[in-house]
Amino acid sequence: MTLDELKPGTRCVMSDITVDGSLGQRLMDLGFYPGAEIEIVRNAPLVDPVELHLDGYHVSIRHNEAKHIEVDG
Amino acid sequence: MGTKNLLVALAGQPNCGKSTVFNMLTGARQHVANYPGVTVEKKTGFFDLGEARVELVDLPGTYSLTSYSLEERVARDFLLGDNPGVVIDVADASNLKRNLYLTLQLLEMEVPTILNLNMMDVAERRGQVLDVEKLENLLGAPVVPTTAKKGIGDDALREAVSRLAANWPEKAFRVDYGPLEETISELEGMLAEDPVLSVQYPVRWFAIKLLEGDSEAVELLRRTHPDFERVLTHTETCRERFKEQNDNAVERHIAFVRHGLCARMARETVALPEERYRSISDLADRYVCNRYLGPIILIAILFILYEVSIVFGGWLAIEVWPIWGGLENFVADILPQAGFLTDPLLRSLSVWVVKSITAILNYLPIFFLLFALIAVLEDSGYMPRMAFILDRLFRRFGLHGQSTLPMILGGVYVGGCAIPGVMATKAIPDERARLATILIVPMMNCLAKVPLYLILIGAYFADVGGLAMFFIATVTLFMALPVAKLLSMTVLRKRASAPFIMEMPPYHVPTISGVLRRATERIWLFMKKIVTVVAAVAVVVFVLINFPGLSEERRAHFDGVRDKAVTTFVKQVNKTQYTGQITEANVTDVILFGEALKQAKRGIKDKEKSAAVNAEFEAKNPVYYAVVKRVGKDGKKLNKALKKVIKVRKKLRREMRAERFEKSFLGSMGRALEPVTQWAGFNWRINIALLSAFAAKENSAATLGSIYGIDDSGQSVQDSMKAGESGFTPLHALALMLFMALYPPCVPASIMVRHQANSTKWMLFSIGYQTLLGLFVSSLVFTGGTLLGLTGFQAMWAFYALCVAATIGMALIPTPEEKEVKSSVKATTETC
Repeated sequence: MTLDELKPGTRCVMSDITVDGSLGQRLMDLGFYPGAEIEIVRNAPLVDPVELHLDGYHVSIRHNEAKHIEVDG
Repeated sequence: MGTKNLLVALAGQPNCGKSTVFNMLTGARQHVANYPGVTVEKKTGFFDLGEARVELVDLPGTYSLTSYSLEERVARDFLLGDNPGVVIDVADASNLKRNLYLTLQLLEMEVPTILNLNMMDVAERRGQVLDVEKLENLLGAPVVPTTAKKGIGDDALREAVSRLAANWPEKAFRVDYGPLEETISELEGMLAEDPVLSVQYPVRWFAIKLLEGDSEAVELLRRTHPDFERVLTHTETCRERFKEQNDNAVERHIAFVRHGLCARMARETVALPEERYRSISDLADRYVCNRYLGPIILIAILFILYEVSIVFGGWLAIEVWPIWGGLENFVADILPQAGFLTDPLLRSLSVWVVKSITAILNYLPIFFLLFALIAVLEDSGYMPRMAFILDRLFRRFGLHGQSTLPMILGGVYVGGCAIPGVMATKAIPDERARLATILIVPMMNCLAKVPLYLILIGAYFADVGGLAMFFIATVTLFMALPVAKLLSMTVLRKRASAPFIMEMPPYHVPTISGVLRRATERIWLFMKKIVTVVAAVAVVVFVLINFPGLSEERRAHFDGVRDKAVTTFVKQVNKTQYTGQITEANVTDVILFGEALKQAKRGIKDKEKSAAVNAEFEAKNPVYYAVVKRVGKDGKKLNKALKKVIKVRKKLRREMRAERFEKSFLGSMGRALEPVTQWAGFNWRINIALLSAFAAKENSAATLGSIYGIDDSGQSVQDSMKAGESGFTPLHALALMLFMALYPPCVPASIMVRHQANSTKWMLFSIGYQTLLGLFVSSLVFTGGTLLGLTGFQAMWAFYALCVAATIGMALIPTPEEKEVKSSVKATTETC
C-alpha cells in the first residue's frame, strides 16, 4: 500500500521508499525511514497536498510524492 | 597577538530556534551579507569570550548535508573550507530524534561539535524529560541545554565553546554501517593515496559521500585524485555489489542506518509522556487549514496585510514626505543658483539625482511595514500554511504555494511594488517555480503604474471609470498566470523543480524585537542595494533626456523672448521710485527672492513667526521685498509687472524642456521606434513617455505632463492630453494601459531581479520578454480592435475574455511532473 491511498485520520508505519535521487534523499532527510510512524492529518482545501504527523512533527507533501512511500496499515 | 580570534559556526535544522540562539550570543552586533556567489544569506555576529574574540557565522538551516540543495552545499562548504574552531549544532529539544540526524552528519565530518538542546521549555511543556549526560556519553560530544528565547543557558553555552576550542579530543564519532563497513574501509585506503584530499577532508566521511553517490564529492575527486578513474569505477562496483547483496541502494542504507541510530539514541535519552501531546498548534490548524475556513482566513490575512502596508503605509508615506522634500530643498539651497532660462549643469544634475533617490525613499514607510509584516508571518509559522492551502492552485501554472506572498506584494489587485515582491521569492524552495515567480511579479500592478491608469481612464473611459479600473486591476493576474505556465514549460523547463516536502512547524508568537530586527535588517540591505544604483542610473537617464540639447538658433530665439520681457519689466521699474535699483542683470534675483520667501514661509501658520520671516527678508533686500510683497503703490505696480515676467519665464522653460526632450537621445529613440509601435497605436510622444518610465514608472505620468505642457496650475494632465492628441481614441488608451501593465521592471526592480535570480542574464530576459509581450499585447488589442471595428470598451472585454480563456486553457495542460506520474502509473498498470 502506498501513502497516498490512505484517508485522513488513519495511521500507518512506513516500510519503504520507492524513489531515488533528490526526491528520495529529501524524503529520507525529513525523517521518512522504515519504521517511522505516520498519521494522515488532513488534506489541503483543494485536496492536494496532504499534511502528515511524522514521528513528532508535522510535514506536508504532495500526493504524487506520497505515492513513493510504501506503508503497512 | 593580543587577542585570539575564534571562528564559530551555528548549524541546525529549520525551526529549531537557531536565530534566537544567534541573538542570545551576539546581541545586536551582527551584519548580513550573502555567501560568495550565491543568494543564500550569511549572517555574521561577534562576541567576546575571555581573551578571544569570536566570529559567529549562522549557517543556513538544513535538515541534512547532501549536495542536492544549495543551502546544504553552502553549509557543507563552509564547514570544510573555512574550518570553524567550534560548531554549535542547535537542536529542537522537543524533537530530538529528527534533529539528531544532522548532528550525526556533523560528527561524521569530524568537526568539533557542541550539541545545543534549544527550546527546553517546549520539551518540558510537552512532558519530555531529557537525559543530557547520557546523550553526551552516546555522542562523545558536549551537550548544552538552553532556552534561548528567555536567555537561559547562555553562560553554559559560552563556557562549552571556550572549553571545546581549547581542547578538542579529536576522537571521531563513528556510525556503524554494518554490511557497508568493509567497503568503506576499502575506499578509505584508496583515498589516502590522494595527497591533497586526505589532508583537507576527513577520509571516512569522503568515502561515505562517494558511496552515497554525492555529485560534489565526485567532482572534487576528479580534480585532486591522481587516479580518480580507478576510484570512481571501484565505487560504482561497490555500489552495485551492495545493492545486489542487500537488496537496498547504498544511499538508502546509509540514511536508514542513521535514522535507526537517531531513533535508538532518542529512545534511550528521552522519556516521553504516556499520552500523545496535542499542542495548541494542532488545534489551531484544525481551523486555519480547514477546507472552508482556511481560504477565508487566508484572504482575511492578505487583506489586512494589504490594508496596513499599502493603504496605511501609503498614508504614512505622505505624512513622512516633508522629510524627503526638506532634503530636496536643502540640496537645492546649497547648489549654485538657478538661472532665468537654464540652470547651471551642476544644479540641474544634482537636483535630478536627489529627486530620483527621494522618489524611492518615499516608499520607505511602505517597505518597512511590509518587511515587518512579512517577518510576523514568517516567525509565526503561517507561511507554510499559506503554501499548503494554495499550492494546488498555483502549481497548475508552474508556480508554488509560496508564490502567493510575492504576488500580493507586487500588487495582485492595485498598488504594490515589485521590489519587495521579488525580494520575497527567496522563500520559495523550488528553483523553477521561484524563477517563474520572479519573472511574473513585475507584471502585477505596482503603485507607480497607477497614475498613468488614472490619467488614461479619466481622459478616455470617464463614463465607465469603475469598470475600466476593475479591468486593469484584475486582467494582470489573468495575463500573468498563463505566462508563468508558458515560461515554466519553455525557458524554465530545464530548471530544477524541487519536491514539495515542507515542515509545518508549531505556531509561535513573534516577538516585537525579533520582528523589528528583521525589518530593519532588510530595509538596510534594500537601501544599500538599491539607492546607490538608482543614483548611478539617474545620471545616465539625465544625459539621455537632456543631451544633445537645443540648437544655437533656438537658444537665441528663447534668449530674445526673455530679453524682451526683462527689458519691459526694467522699463516699468525706472518709472517708479526704485529706478536704477533693479537692472536687467538682477531680475532673476528678484524672482528667486520671491521663491525663497514663499519657501521659507511654507507650513508656517503662526502669525508672529510669519512676521519674523518677513522682517528677515525685508532686512536682506528692502527693494526686492517691496516688489514681491506689494509694499506701497510702486510695489503693487511692479508686482503686477513681475508676475508677467514670471509667467513668461515659466512658459519659456516649459517649451525649452519639451523641445530639449524631443531633440534628446531618448527623443530620437522614441521617433526611431515609431514604425514598430504604430501597430500598438503609440506615436513618438507616447514612446518618449514610456521610455522615460524605465527609470521609475512614475515618470510616465510626469513626462506626459511635460510633453503636453502642463504646469502646476491650470489644466489637468488628462485634459491637456486630450487636447494635445486629437487623433487619440479609447482604443489607443486601452493599448497604452495594457502596455503599462506589462511594462518591464523599473531599474530598482531589475536590480532586485538580478540579485534574486543571481544572474544578469535573467534580468535582461525579464526586461526583454516583458517589453516584447507588452508590444505584442497592445498591438493585438489596437490593430485587432481597429480591424474588427471595436470600441475601446468592447475591445477591453473581448481581451479580458481571451485572457481568462488562456488561463483556463493553460491550467488544463498537465505539468511535466504530472506527465511523469501519469506515465509511471501507466507503466505499472501495464506490467501488472
